[in-house]
Order: sequence, then structure tokens, then C-alpha cells
Amino acid sequence: MKPLLKKLYHWVDERVNLEDLVQFLGKKYVPVHSHSVWYYFGGVSLFLFVIQVVTGILLLLYYKGSEELAFESIQFIMAKVQFGWLIRSIHSWTANLFILAAFIHMFSVYFTKAYRKPREVTWLTGMLMFFLALGFGFSGYLLPWNELAFFATKVGTDIAGAVPLIGKPIMVFLRGGDDVTGATLSRMFGFHVAIFPGIFAVLLGVHLLLVQRQGMSEPLGEANSADPEGKKMPFFPNFLLRDLLLWLLVLNVLAILAVLFPWELGQKADPFSSAPAGIKPEWYFLFMFQTLKYIPAQVAFVDGEVLGILTFGLAGLLWTFVPFWDRRSSRGQQGRLVNYIGIFVVMFIIVLTILGWLA
Amino acid sequence: MSDMANEPTTTPTEGGRRDFLKYLLGGSIIAWLAAVLYPVLAYLKPPKQGEVEVTSVKAGPVTGFAKDSGTIIRFGDKPIILIRTTSGEFRAFSATCTHLDCTVQFRKDMELIWCACHNGKYDLTGRNISGPPPRPLTPYRVVIQGEDVFISKNA
Repeated sequence: MKPLLKKLYHWVDERVNLEDLVQFLGKKYVPVHSHSVWYYFGGVSLFLFVIQVVTGILLLLYYKGSEELAFESIQFIMAKVQFGWLIRSIHSWTANLFILAAFIHMFSVYFTKAYRKPREVTWLTGMLMFFLALGFGFSGYLLPWNELAFFATKVGTDIAGAVPLIGKPIMVFLRGGDDVTGATLSRMFGFHVAIFPGIFAVLLGVHLLLVQRQGMSEPLGEANSADPEGKKMPFFPNFLLRDLLLWLLVLNVLAILAVLFPWELGQKADPFSSAPAGIKPEWYFLFMFQTLKYIPAQVAFVDGEVLGILTFGLAGLLWTFVPFWDRRSSRGQQGRLVNYIGIFVVMFIIVLTILGWLA
Repeated sequence: MSDMANEPTTTPTEGGRRDFLKYLLGGSIIAWLAAVLYPVLAYLKPPKQGEVEVTSVKAGPVTGFAKDSGTIIRFGDKPIILIRTTSGEFRAFSATCTHLDCTVQFRKDMELIWCACHNGKYDLTGRNISGPPPRPLTPYRVVIQGEDVFISKNA
């Protein structure tokens, strides 16, 4: 077995010169400090994304993306296909855990100021992937064509339509017409399985390449410590093995959730029924949904929803461009303002999510 | 700069020729981009469906609607809410919430038209009275002919 592997290695090495890569990996270190635990969430997000790709491809083998057949095809997957219920349940649960892991990854990078020079592009690609992850969630949510998804998509696309000037064309583009119909399902299906994965793959490639090339960022306080060398751990195999162990744990949690709390399918969408009581978006949109409830219909001649969406849009934009306006951390100084903003955002999201949950 | 100083006689024509080629090339690239992008962008815009304009629908027999109830009726591709009040009077409104496009429902316990999505409330004349809806519901005309209820657009 061993000589065969060695032969294979040499065969490849002769052609593409693996030696450089092996040397590079051998010299790769991960800094060890009190905030090292946050390094794992990028890897966890990556792992969950890979699960989504695999289970998504499996679901594609049976799913039918049309108004008449979508709901029935998922019923078929869940009732007839062997382990279909498991694959679908894992896909739904992983979607939620993926966004949770991405949230944690994003906030940990924000608070440790890892976005600062020279890692601005890594942060930007990460933020774009985060927005795409929300897009994956939104587009995938409609695919079972159930009642909740139908109205969630109506509301979500109508919110996009509230943006002044460009809103209406965007809404029509997203819906594939003026209303949410089978045309919307076709579009969301296309976004979910082709367009978003394509863009995501490119962003992920750049993101990972930059992480490899630049190495892990050290939090400001830790980098300034007395020991210039600092404590570190080899990436290969020490850090990677820890990563793998955590991934195994995540997989177990996922299996428990998917088996004990199988994802429900609900009622088939009926465009001529009332929105059901207790309708709510997915938890990661809940804080925005809840905020919209509190904004009055009119605020100084502006529609409340327009004000809400413009405020969230502006906040998202500022957040995305934090490496460029937070100059202090690029100079290696601690900036309290950025921390206060971050704490406010986290508290806002948590409190409004809980309020939305209880409402 | 030094070239221009050394060859003052040939530069204007050469420069002119070069500029001409530059513009030609640049213009061609723009024209080519437009020729590629226009069909793609036009393709993204969904075509208008030639749908039959509905002006009136038959909702059903008068006896089919209990007093103090609300029903969603299909009006072309839009939902309409048909309310029958406690006194037996019929009223019809667009069932599309003016806030964010959800479909409203009649709430017997509140004697209101209610939207589940963001807790918007309208009274039984369609007026927005609480929550985020910015405008009242569009009213429709209800006509009773013989035993049947008809809904039509307000002319």
C-alpha cells in the first residue's frame, strides 16, 4: 500500500511539482492566543457549505421545480425515496446552521478586527458570501412551494420593490412578473442551484486563497504582546485535526437535529387563500421583519417600509465597508467606536429576534 | 513630448490617424458590448402575459355566505375578500394588503380585516386603522342578481 502511494505521489510530483506546496503547508502556522477558538468558525462554515452542496445535488435528482409539481415532488422525496426525509431534513437544518456559523464567523472577525489591512479583500469576499448565503436561504425557502414560503416570498420581494426608483424593476425581475407565481419558483430555483453557487464558488476560492496566502490574523492586543514570536501551532496536522474533530461534532449535532426534529413541509401554497396566522420568516430575517412591524406607516412623508429598508441597506453597506472607514485598527490602534457599534448591532439583532420569536 | 518636438510636421496626421483608430476600436467595443448585453438584459425582463381583463365575477349564491364572515374570491389573478356583515350586507375589497402584498383575512373575534404578516388592521369599510398598512384596501362593487352575488370593479 505504502509504496503504491509513494509511487502515485512521485507521478504527480514529477508533473506538477508538489514539493513547493508540501513545503508551504509544512511552514503554515496558526497563532495560539485567548481568542483562537474563533478561528474554527470559518472552517465550520466551509464544512456546512460542503454538506449543502452534496445534499443539494442529491435533492436535485428528484426535485421538480414547477408550481404544479414542486410540493408533490418533495412529498415524494420525504415519503417514497429511501432516506429522502433524512437528506431533505439535513439540507434544511444545515442551511440554518450554516447561516448561524457564518454569523458567528463574521462577528468574530469583526470584533477581533481581522478585516484590517491587509485583509480587506478577504472581509469583502466574506461579506458577499454572507449576503449570498441569505440569498440561498431566501431562494431555497420557496422551492417546496408551501404556504409559508409563498407569503414569505411575496413579502420579501415586495420589500425589494419598496426601494425608490430601482425597486420595481428588481421586484419584477425577482418574481418573473408582477406577482409571485410559478415563474417566481422557476427563477428562485435557477438562482438557488446555478447562479448563486457559481458566484459563491468564485468568492470562496478567492477567500480561501487569501487566507492561505496571508495566514491567520492576530487580534490587535495579542499581536502587541511582549513575546514577538508568540505561541503558534502548526496548521498541518495539528490545527487540521482539531478542525476535523469539530466537523465530526457538528455532523453529529446535525444528525441528531435532522433525525429527532425532521423538517416539516407544511401546506401547499394557494395563491387564493389568506396569509396564515403566526406567519414568520426564517429566524435570520426575523429581526428585520420585527423592526418593520414597529415602524409606523408614515414617517415624515416617507413610507415606513421604505425608511426601514433604506436604513437596513445603509447599515449593511457601512458594515461591509468597515475596513475602509475604521482607520485606527489598520494603524494597529484599538478603536472603541467600532466595538460599540458591533455590540449595538449584536444586541439589536438578538433582542429583535427574541421579540419576533415571542410575538 | 520629445517626439512631438522633433517631428512637428508629421505628428498631427499621425496623431489624428491614431486617434481615429482608437475611437474606431473603442466604439466597436462599446457597440459589441451593447449588442451582447441588450438581448441578455431584455431577456431578463419577463414578458407581459396576455391575460383576459376580468371586470366581473360570480362569487356564488347569497346563501353560501354566512352572516359575519369573510371569504377570499378569485378575481382574475387577484384575490378579493368578500365580507358579509352581521346585518347581512355584502362588501368586497382587494384582499392584497397595501403594506407588503400579503393576503388579508376576516377576523370574527375582532370584527376587522386583518393581515397576518405584519399585524395590519383594516375596519370593515377597508380603512387602514392600525399597524403598518399605508393605504386603505381598494373597494369593489357587489351586486346581487337574483340568488347570486357578483363582484365587479368600481368604474
